[in-house]
Amino acid sequence: MDEPTSVLTPQAVDQLFETLRKLSSEGTAIMFVSHKLDEIRRLCHRATIFRGGKWVAEVDPRKETEESLAALMIGREFPRTQRREHAPGAAALELVNLSVPADGPFGTALKGINLELHSGEILGVAGVSGNGQAELLEAITGEQASSDSGMVRLLGQPIGRLGAAERRRLGLVNVPEERLGRGAVPPMSLIENTLLTAHRQGMLQHGLVSQARAIAYAKACIEGFDVRCSGAAAKAQSLSGGNLQKFIVGREIRQLPRAMVVAQPTWGVDVAASALIRQQIIDLAVRGVAVLVISEDLGEILEMCDRVAVIAAGRLSPSKWVSDTSAEEIGRWMAGMFPQDAPELAAA
Amino acid sequence: MRGLRLVPRAQPSRAMLFIAPLLAVLLTLIVGLGVFAWLGQNPLRAFRVFFIDPVSDMSGFSELLLKASPLCLIALGLAIGFRASIWNIGAEGQMYMGGIFATGLAIRFHDHGGAWLLPAMVVAGALGGMFWASITAALRAQFHANEILVSLMLTYVADLVVKYLVFGPWQDPQGNNFPITVQFSDDALFPLFASWGWGAFEGTRLNASVFLTVAAIPLAWLFMERSFLGFQLQVTGLAPGAARYAGFPEKRMIWLALLISGAAAGLAGVSEVAGPIGQLNDRWQPLYGFTAIIVAALGRMHAVGIVLASLLMALLYLGGEAVQITLQLPKALSQVFQGLLLMFLLGCDVLVNYRIARRVAA
Amino acid sequence: MIESLTPLLASAVALAMPLILAALGELVVERSGVLNLGLEGMMLLGALASFVAVSHGGGLAPAALAAMLAGAAAALCFGFVTLTLQANQVAAGLSLTILGAGVSAFLGRQYVGFRAPASFEELPIPLLSKIPLIGPALFTMNLLAYLTLVLLAATAWFLYRTRAGLALRSIGESPVVARSLGLRVNRVRYAAVAFGGAMAGLAGCYYAVAQFKMWQEGLTSGNGWIALALVVFATWRPLRVAIGALLFGGVSAFGLYLQAIGVHVSTFALASLPYLATVLVLVIISSDQNMIRRHAPASLGKPFHDDS
Repeated sequence: MDEPTSVLTPQAVDQLFETLRKLSSEGTAIMFVSHKLDEIRRLCHRATIFRGGKWVAEVDPRKETEESLAALMIGREFPRTQRREHAPGAAALELVNLSVPADGPFGTALKGINLELHSGEILGVAGVSGNGQAELLEAITGEQASSDSGMVRLLGQPIGRLGAAERRRLGLVNVPEERLGRGAVPPMSLIENTLLTAHRQGMLQHGLVSQARAIAYAKACIEGFDVRCSGAAAKAQSLSGGNLQKFIVGREIRQLPRAMVVAQPTWGVDVAASALIRQQIIDLAVRGVAVLVISEDLGEILEMCDRVAVIAAGRLSPSKWVSDTSAEEIGRWMAGMFPQDAPELAAA
Repeated sequence: MRGLRLVPRAQPSRAMLFIAPLLAVLLTLIVGLGVFAWLGQNPLRAFRVFFIDPVSDMSGFSELLLKASPLCLIALGLAIGFRASIWNIGAEGQMYMGGIFATGLAIRFHDHGGAWLLPAMVVAGALGGMFWASITAALRAQFHANEILVSLMLTYVADLVVKYLVFGPWQDPQGNNFPITVQFSDDALFPLFASWGWGAFEGTRLNASVFLTVAAIPLAWLFMERSFLGFQLQVTGLAPGAARYAGFPEKRMIWLALLISGAAAGLAGVSEVAGPIGQLNDRWQPLYGFTAIIVAALGRMHAVGIVLASLLMALLYLGGEAVQITLQLPKALSQVFQGLLLMFLLGCDVLVNYRIARRVAA
Repeated sequence: MIESLTPLLASAVALAMPLILAALGELVVERSGVLNLGLEGMMLLGALASFVAVSHGGGLAPAALAAMLAGAAAALCFGFVTLTLQANQVAAGLSLTILGAGVSAFLGRQYVGFRAPASFEELPIPLLSKIPLIGPALFTMNLLAYLTLVLLAATAWFLYRTRAGLALRSIGESPVVARSLGLRVNRVRYAAVAFGGAMAGLAGCYYAVAQFKMWQEGLTSGNGWIALALVVFATWRPLRVAIGALLFGGVSAFGLYLQAIGVHVSTFALASLPYLATVLVLVIISSDQNMIRRHAPASLGKPFHDDS
């Protein structure tokens, strides 16, 4: 089984594990491929760890901690993200009764989504894969226009009918879940890929591109975000998932946004890069930026975010402080069982 | 192909980007020599008649430039669109429309023209091509209609419009009922180089329309390689998802690509009717609009490559005419070579992203 | 009314048949995920091959066979370049069109202007051909046209009622998944491409030996492109191809009919009707992107490296 739990609620994961344990007791051999260390520790009898395509170790995961497993995976101390205290500021990004019809027979309609994201806070949107996350991201970024311009507001300004480039100009950046083919153009160099979204950072003169400025920006992203590559001229497709993700995150953060939306920030990213990306997002919030994290990795949300809401079948639950909820409650909400019109909990 | 397989390269091979077109030319030549032999000709003599003789004197060289100029112009416009994966296959029809618009002015002001007439015709030609291309652009942008089929259908229609005009309202009353318009007045013709006292070009048909192409080359290069719009078009072609993510409006890209290539084709059209032909007639079907596609591909969608490729394609045209006169070989040979060249190029391009290796025995 | 409608319908059906042949072949190819724009080239090659066959004393069956072989051979060249060498399918299809037009013009120059010594003639089916209106249209056709109807039914049956057809359709939707299930993606696609070429060749044979009964450069005058548009119009379903072809045949027949009864419309305007109709049809169908997305083979035109 290859990463089987991203499409499951925590309750469903429990059921799956029960079934797997039963199968195993009847003699079935099960190979469980996953990056979710807590699940491996719960389920598996033995764990084999690979790094860089090479065998590293074989352990009994029940005797290990998440830290020791992660250390084996990256070969050194597992960096823990530093949470911090903060007081959220004014509302930076608001979704007001956001409704978008389903795009084709396989899409998910968004129904009456209300959300308030404040400067300096990190709000996580959890959910099982396929419940409208992609549609939500597109409605916020502008790739999908809203029927009413007031459905999406940035710093109080209605932007629902603006395109992606305009929203970026107003300070709303985003990191999509697909890197190659969306966040970056695979056969283009990192220099050219900075032009994709950061061209307003002084790279254009009378409609012509300033190579020097683009190179400087690319280099700054590479150095500031520890992107391992053969240089700024390296093609995007030659970078590993983690390094390309670091580059994209860096490119967006360096545009000094007011609000940022990230989808699946560490999907397919190695453990070390994941830690760096999460820390950068946390640091970004400390600087006063409003951050929205859409992720199917519940552990990541609970680790990084101040507040959490759940998206299920295109509807968004009310949000709760992470310290006030549990994985179990969120699991129930992921199945759609959340109160409909519960009042937003005021800042503690 | 037992025993061989294709292995993807880690990095596309830069060397192969240059070698593949040369390899394709070589393969086409080899097949060409074989065809000449099969037709009962001495291959080397036929090769000389086809490729060398046509450009061995100034007159031949002028004819080469005269054919390469519209090919280059159209191909530059097409390449801008092809890089965005917007396939304008109807450049031939857009060229006809450019010729039609220019002819309209030439006929209207045949007897009371002036120095302004030719520049007005040039503008009209560009507008004509843009107009015809805009139909395709609108249908693609608004209705998602496939631009290959629409632009191609419009080419057939444009051809019929030409025929309608030269058999009907624009037919020269003194033309003995031939499907031709009046010969353009001097104001409506591109001046010949020879008429400027440039001795070297005495007796050739080379005219000032070549300057349109010469001006277009650096402009096209600048647009494709250095402008942000050119970058946006490239992204649209390489990764449409990334173009959406970046907020590059798809409709704008479609219009841009089609209007630019349409204008280029229209300019080529006016340079033909106001150049060597001097009128509009129903025999004017040079198929430049299609050959330019091959030129763009062979030239790797880059300005310099396109210039070189257009010279080669023009040579193929001339060669076909030459062997028809000298060796009584069919003129369709040119088209065969052009098609072969494109197909060989597409085949050799595999070496850019793959290399050949032995299949390991199981 | 019936008296004037009958020849119109008969003419429409006759004009539709070669379009059905070419479009059916391309439909199967596109259902397997491959976009072959070279229909016009393959049809011209098939037309010439069949004309040459009858000119040298061959019968009608060898002519049809020669056409199919010529079309399939050309298609296999395209297949090699796109399936094995991973070339861009649009460009490869265009090169096939140019090459087919050039080669057929080149090889056919000595056959221009001659009448076909043998040709497919009308074969009325007894009794059925007497039915008013549709009798002369559907049951008084030549052998090749009857064969077209048979092929239409056979193709539909193959695609929707056989395992092989299901395999082909699944390859067209997702070659990656198909390969993981053990299907030989390239092998199936090669077969589909060859079939498409054979059908296009047969369509060319129809033009040369059944309809026009002669050969000249560019005999098919753009009908290959119209057949491509037909496949889109039919949303990749065989029965709809027939309906679309009939509509097209009707438009062309109507133009001829207007000329026959002496309406003063420019011949050029009438000649442009099929092309304008194609554009109109494309616009109507394509504007419903949801329907297109539902029916278009998901992997259409995308390169796939099958290293199985």
